[in-house]
Amino acid sequence: MPKPQTLFEKIWSQHVVLDKGNEVLLYIDRNLVHEGAFHAFGALAKEGRKVRRPRQSLATADHYVPTLNRERGLDSVVDADAREMIRLFEYNAEQQGIYSLGMNHPQQGIVHVIGPELGFTQPGITMTCGDSHTSTHGALGAYAFGIGASQLKQVLATQCLWQKKPKTLRVTVNGVLGAGVSGKDVILSIIAHIGTAGATGYVIEYAGEVFRSMSMEGRLTVCNMSIEAGARAGMVAPDDITFDYLKDRPYAPKGVQWDAAVAQWQSLPTDPNASFDREVCLDASDLEPTVTWGTSPEEALPVSGVVPDPQKMTDPNRRLHAQSALRYMGLTPGMSLKQLKIDRVFIGTCTNGRLEDLRVAASVLLGQKAKVPGWVSPGSSTIKQQAEAEGLDQVFLQAGLEWRASGCSGCAAMNGDFVPAGLRVASTSNRNFEGRQGKGARTHLMSPAMAAAAALTGYITDVREILGGS
Amino acid sequence: MKPFTSLTAVAAPFDMANIDTDKIIPARFLRKLRSMSQGYEPYLFHDMRFDEKGLIRPEFILNQSPYQGSGVIVAAANFGCGSSREGAVYALMDWGIRAVIAPSFGDIHYANEIQNGMLPAILEEKYCAVLRQNLLSQPGGLVSINLVDQSITGPQGEHYSFEIEPVYKDRLLKGLDDVGLVLEALEHIEAFEAQHFAKRPWLT
Ligand code: SF4
Repeated sequence: MPKPQTLFEKIWSQHVVLDKGNEVLLYIDRNLVHEGAFHAFGALAKEGRKVRRPRQSLATADHYVPTLNRERGLDSVVDADAREMIRLFEYNAEQQGIYSLGMNHPQQGIVHVIGPELGFTQPGITMTCGDSHTSTHGALGAYAFGIGASQLKQVLATQCLWQKKPKTLRVTVNGVLGAGVSGKDVILSIIAHIGTAGATGYVIEYAGEVFRSMSMEGRLTVCNMSIEAGARAGMVAPDDITFDYLKDRPYAPKGVQWDAAVAQWQSLPTDPNASFDREVCLDASDLEPTVTWGTSPEEALPVSGVVPDPQKMTDPNRRLHAQSALRYMGLTPGMSLKQLKIDRVFIGTCTNGRLEDLRVAASVLLGQKAKVPGWVSPGSSTIKQQAEAEGLDQVFLQAGLEWRASGCSGCAAMNGDFVPAGLRVASTSNRNFEGRQGKGARTHLMSPAMAAAAALTGYITDVREILGGS
Repeated sequence: MKPFTSLTAVAAPFDMANIDTDKIIPARFLRKLRSMSQGYEPYLFHDMRFDEKGLIRPEFILNQSPYQGSGVIVAAANFGCGSSREGAVYALMDWGIRAVIAPSFGDIHYANEIQNGMLPAILEEKYCAVLRQNLLSQPGGLVSINLVDQSITGPQGEHYSFEIEPVYKDRLLKGLDDVGLVLEALEHIEAFEAQHFAKRPWLT
């Protein structure tokens, strides 16, 4: 009997080119590129190197693209540096023969949205991208991780990376999620539980009934934020939900190759007796709609909670962080989260900008008016078209929210969409770091349903109260 | 890449955990080319160093004269978490930081430091805390780091050994470039590709 293996170990061992004991040369099947790749392309050019296998990369413009006036092409980019970056990006991709979804391509979108959406991401592959949220793609049962510019250069030049094998952590959530509790609430609760460095050095596999019954969109949200727990990657074993999601997507195998691929993918899930370096278990019935109060994703609480008192924290580093977070966020200990007044709402990003997310937000808003301004930016141009075909854009517009083009938008505020200093934003993104959504912007991370609820009342709100639930 | 063997420099203590790469370099500077004269130096910890008007914040540690020439940062847990931006390493290096001592690092940032010939030295939090305390009570104190024997000597002569993976240590000591290392294995890569894609023709 061969030794039982985890999903991760199977993929890892299938991609080892050379094994030097404490390090292996790992083969990278697929790589994603966005405008931030200019350092890597620049270094390649300087060293006179070519992209070795351009068809194994796919490029899209997302971080710097404007979400307004996009039909005007490059002219819609107000900032000269950003315009130059997008131009350079499209030039580099073309020069090196990488297929590129430029800012006005109908399939353009956020890199971690288009990978799965086009079927470029598949079970069992290794995947990289010069972006920390590459962990997203693990939702399809891939081993996908973020890298910096130097390692991106290496992948482009060689299709390989020297890697040390990470440890494995299984996070099991059993039971059934309550109404109004989504993938976002699950992952925020996990991060609050294990901490932002809780999974550093590990690859997480999400297991248990909650993930088995979760939609692909929900799994993508969960895996997306694995990096916020410090994890190298997050993964969910591929199953029928995965295969149904992938079938007929542009890059998915077709005909007999589809059958062969599915047969291989079915051998990937963790063997029954395989062991993990660490296990964490949570119970779905304990999970509630969750929001962040601080400036680190671990600083999250159920919406029924109150702002904690740093003085009562035993870990001195956490205490220091919480003190500075409360100052930045303009909060005092003991305030009820539900008393916090919201100034802006932002729905979108690679965490929660997919069709299912927009549907949920629209279902909360349907026929009502938002009390605060805000905007919705779909995760891809494809999703934008789908949402418009379903009339979701009209729901948002009638509620008084803006309906924008697709991109990273206010998530990292690199494209000019930012939240002004001192304003509090209910955001479906993934990072509440100081200054992330604009200098002085105060971010509260939450699910699309919760952001829509906050839009309606102008306060952080338990969406279950709006939906008439418990 | 410049090899790293040892370093003696002024060290700046950062008490707060989870210093993310957005703090090290705010996103709006990532569009800048590094080739300009000061490189990424002006952007390091920009919003902690300067206020809204662009004026120096005197309370920020790197703005205080004893720490202005720091070559080392002694941090708390999870230094460099968050975004994969290698600009964080460029900013640290262009400012003059060659090593960071911390109990733990964000994974991608750790790899980025190694790739650029910077040393991420892992030292238990209780020792980092002593070092930070001593550096505060003796502003401008020196820290010596020797990569060969993996040792750190603090301003009061306190002596610790730090952790680093042997493979990374070797890379830093020799100043090796990974692309070169990988291309040496080209034959193996091609053989791997032949069998790998024969089994998975849909990936090509
Ligand atoms: S949406 Fe946000 S987290 Fe996702 S890739 Fe863009 S900037 Fe990064």
